[in-house]
Amino acid sequence: MSSDVRFTDFKSDKQPTWCPGCGDFGTMNGMMKALAETGNDPDNTFVVAGIGCSGKIGTYMHSYALHGVHGRALPVGIGVKMANPDLEVMVAGGDGDGYSIGAGHFIHAVRRNVDMSYVVMDNRIYGLTKGQASPTSREDFETGTTPEGPKQPPVNPKALALSAGATFIAQSFSSNAQRHAEIVQQAIEHDGFGFVNVYSPCVTFNDVDTYDYFRDSIVDLDETDHDPHDRDQAKDKILESDKEYMGVLYQNEDSVPFEQREGIESSMAEIPDGAPEGAMDLVREFY
Amino acid sequence: MPEDLNWAIGGEAGDGIDSTGKIFAQALSRAGRHVFTSKDFASRIRGGYTAYKVRTSVDRVESVVDRLDILIALTERTIHENEDELHEDSVIIYDGERSTMQDVEVPHGATALEVPLKRLAEDAGGAIMLNVVALGAACEVTSFPIENLDESLQKRFGDKGEAIVENNKKAARMGQEYVQEEYDEEFDYSMETTDADYVLLNGDEAIGMGAIAAGCRFYAGYPITPATDVMEYMTGRVDQFGGKVVQAEDELSAINMALGAARAGARAMTATSGPGIDLMTETFGLVATSETPLVICDVMRSGPSTGMPTKQEQGDLNMTLYGGHGEIPRFVVAPTTVSECFWKTVEAFNLAEKYQTPVFLVSDLAMAVTEQTFSPETFDMDEVEVDRGKVVDEDEIGAWLDEQGRFQAHFPAADGVSPRAFPGTADGAHMTTGLEHDELGRRTEDTDVRIEQVDKRQRKVETAREQEEFDYREFGDPDADTLIISWGSNEGAMREGLELLDAEGHNVRFISVPYIFPRPDLTDEVQAAEEVIVVECNATGQFADIIEHDVLERVERINKYNGVRFKADELAAEVKQTLDPDNGTQEVEAE
Ligand SMILES: Cc1ncc(C[n+]2csc(CCOP(=O)(O)OP(=O)(O)O)c2C)c(N)n1
Ligand code: SF4
Repeated sequence: MSSDVRFTDFKSDKQPTWCPGCGDFGTMNGMMKALAETGNDPDNTFVVAGIGCSGKIGTYMHSYALHGVHGRALPVGIGVKMANPDLEVMVAGGDGDGYSIGAGHFIHAVRRNVDMSYVVMDNRIYGLTKGQASPTSREDFETGTTPEGPKQPPVNPKALALSAGATFIAQSFSSNAQRHAEIVQQAIEHDGFGFVNVYSPCVTFNDVDTYDYFRDSIVDLDETDHDPHDRDQAKDKILESDKEYMGVLYQNEDSVPFEQREGIESSMAEIPDGAPEGAMDLVREFY
Repeated sequence: MPEDLNWAIGGEAGDGIDSTGKIFAQALSRAGRHVFTSKDFASRIRGGYTAYKVRTSVDRVESVVDRLDILIALTERTIHENEDELHEDSVIIYDGERSTMQDVEVPHGATALEVPLKRLAEDAGGAIMLNVVALGAACEVTSFPIENLDESLQKRFGDKGEAIVENNKKAARMGQEYVQEEYDEEFDYSMETTDADYVLLNGDEAIGMGAIAAGCRFYAGYPITPATDVMEYMTGRVDQFGGKVVQAEDELSAINMALGAARAGARAMTATSGPGIDLMTETFGLVATSETPLVICDVMRSGPSTGMPTKQEQGDLNMTLYGGHGEIPRFVVAPTTVSECFWKTVEAFNLAEKYQTPVFLVSDLAMAVTEQTFSPETFDMDEVEVDRGKVVDEDEIGAWLDEQGRFQAHFPAADGVSPRAFPGTADGAHMTTGLEHDELGRRTEDTDVRIEQVDKRQRKVETAREQEEFDYREFGDPDADTLIISWGSNEGAMREGLELLDAEGHNVRFISVPYIFPRPDLTDEVQAAEEVIVVECNATGQFADIIEHDVLERVERINKYNGVRFKADELAAEVKQTLDPDNGTQEVEAE
């Protein structure tokens, strides 16, 4: 790990194909800044991404990375981290990827509390498939597949996380570059699963949850007397469904990452050329 | 009197049938006798008929037969369920004092020994030991030295304290003495002991042991019969070697976790059965296209859908061979015996890493629940070789960087195998996407690059065909006109069936194939034979189809799909009928 890593070192030479103005640009820049700020470099970092416009992020960043199948990025990240706890693991994806097809994995990744960060680019729409309702879309949000709106309330991912025993829950907004990078950095530094829901507007398909909407409605928790270590306060904030917050909603400072509780201390990549020493004892057990 | 002895204990699930059977099997194994066990069980935890069967001999035994010599029947149903296998020399041990066992009808002139199992157990210290009383009685009937039982009782109950062990030893002796005193019949059974030291294990355990021996460090799975034993075996044990077992939330997660661990450089595996394989299918392509080495084990059971979870079938062959959208280079390896479960698992890891592909390790329920004796050297750990393939470290990576210093993790090498850098390796940072990608792993739709990468991945299979030996095991007479081919766990029954056929003058050549893809070319063998029969536990003959496809010639088929594994004598009879169908037809008509 070199100390002179700059955030541009995490940039690949591939030009993003995101629509001009897409919120994902800002989200990605903040992630790269946060990785550099926390003293990581591309060779010790593993980024796992899901499928969607958001999922393309791994292609535009430079690090060890895997762009997997839709909704399954979290289990991949867990496998990477457990097999080599020395790596910095970051998982990224969209709201459809994480809260729809991947919702089951989300809950269980939260419970498992492996030391990694999870950044969800929440644009309240399916971008890559050209504008269908996502699980965070508003109840009356009209799309091609839901002409009268989804007619079901949006999921509250932060509430899901809290109820599943999350140790770090944050909310951020991609266009507020400085705060966004700070929040992701806090997620990385957290000892356990650092979950950040990022408002990352889709300028092409979502004309409701726009930059203007978020700019006008978002409240920075740093400007309130919110105490993120107080779970009850966090719960109240998270359940206020008509409010948009920015900052760390909840953090459990006593969190011990899963892999530590499991006693995994070093990389599993090193193995002997033949059967491990003492392997014959495995056979003798069957006497 | 037959050389070998067939013994069973049956009752209701929850009666401790399994552990009692295992105690006896272990005692036999410790006494230097070969053992081959099988189980009849239903998919419920309590209630429902269940039996543990042991076939034992001083010679190796490789299958079950349709014959029962000693039967401990804890319920009346146990007798009915096994009626066809009983004969006039069979001995049935049961508790005549139990209300449900009062009007027991003994079939086929067998001998019934009423032993007050429960009452004697109570005298020895607790009714719960009634099964052990029965074991003692069985020792007397078979003249099996009861001291051999003591050690397995110690092994089974040692954790619970010496008093419990002693009570159990006492219970066994009470059963033994009761038979000695109450019945002065001479039983024609005897069980010779030898000095041999055998180990006793089943196919799932052999897979787990093979995985650890091969350096597997990460296992993610989701419980499913009959693959759970692989997971249970590895839990706790792989930790001792620096690894971990993770119970995932579902199979989708399990295979993706294993994939993540494999990318981080660990040897990783997941195991499941049919329904779990269905869920994992989505990720097969990602494993292949991201060129991640991964061992995916399918311990088959009866399908489709939830089918018969506790019954035997070999119905997933096509699934492992063709499962997944698009075209997926892969290996499909199917061990044919319990010991091969160990060795083929080791091989699966080497194939996976040498060629950076998914390797399907296909086993089945019959093998998973069969415990068999082996001399410990069968699993000689010094013979285990680990080949990690083209892993490059800091010093070697320079050769694989392009002009801009970027690592070409998907370099279209002539042999189809690219260099692999474990994350953490300096200068190795690279992305891989499940989208079609270039040599740097970056997404592309360039038509030339697409073709280059598809060809590159497919070349792995060609390279493996050149470098590896995907051969078969052969038994019987190599010049016989009749050729029988099978795959998976049928080998044992067929080998023994050969002897039965031979004794009746049927000369047969038998080929057992452990490689489904790539597989040996059997064209010459099939063409040299007059009659070719493919034996498998499924209804449609999935392997027979493959052989026909490869050789462009029709083959006969013997298929069994009632949920029960092939038995040696039954298989021999089926072969005879296939060779001489007129005989069979007449029989059917006469019925
Ligand atoms: C199994 C599977 N189902 C469906 C798709 C098609 N698909 C691609 S992206 C996507 C939605 C992505 O939405 P979201 O996660 O919100 O990401 P965004 O594009 O908005 O960033 C879908 C349904 C797929 N790739 N795989
Ligand atoms: S469709 Fe929306 S989410 Fe996708 S790149 Fe364009 S703006 Fe971004």
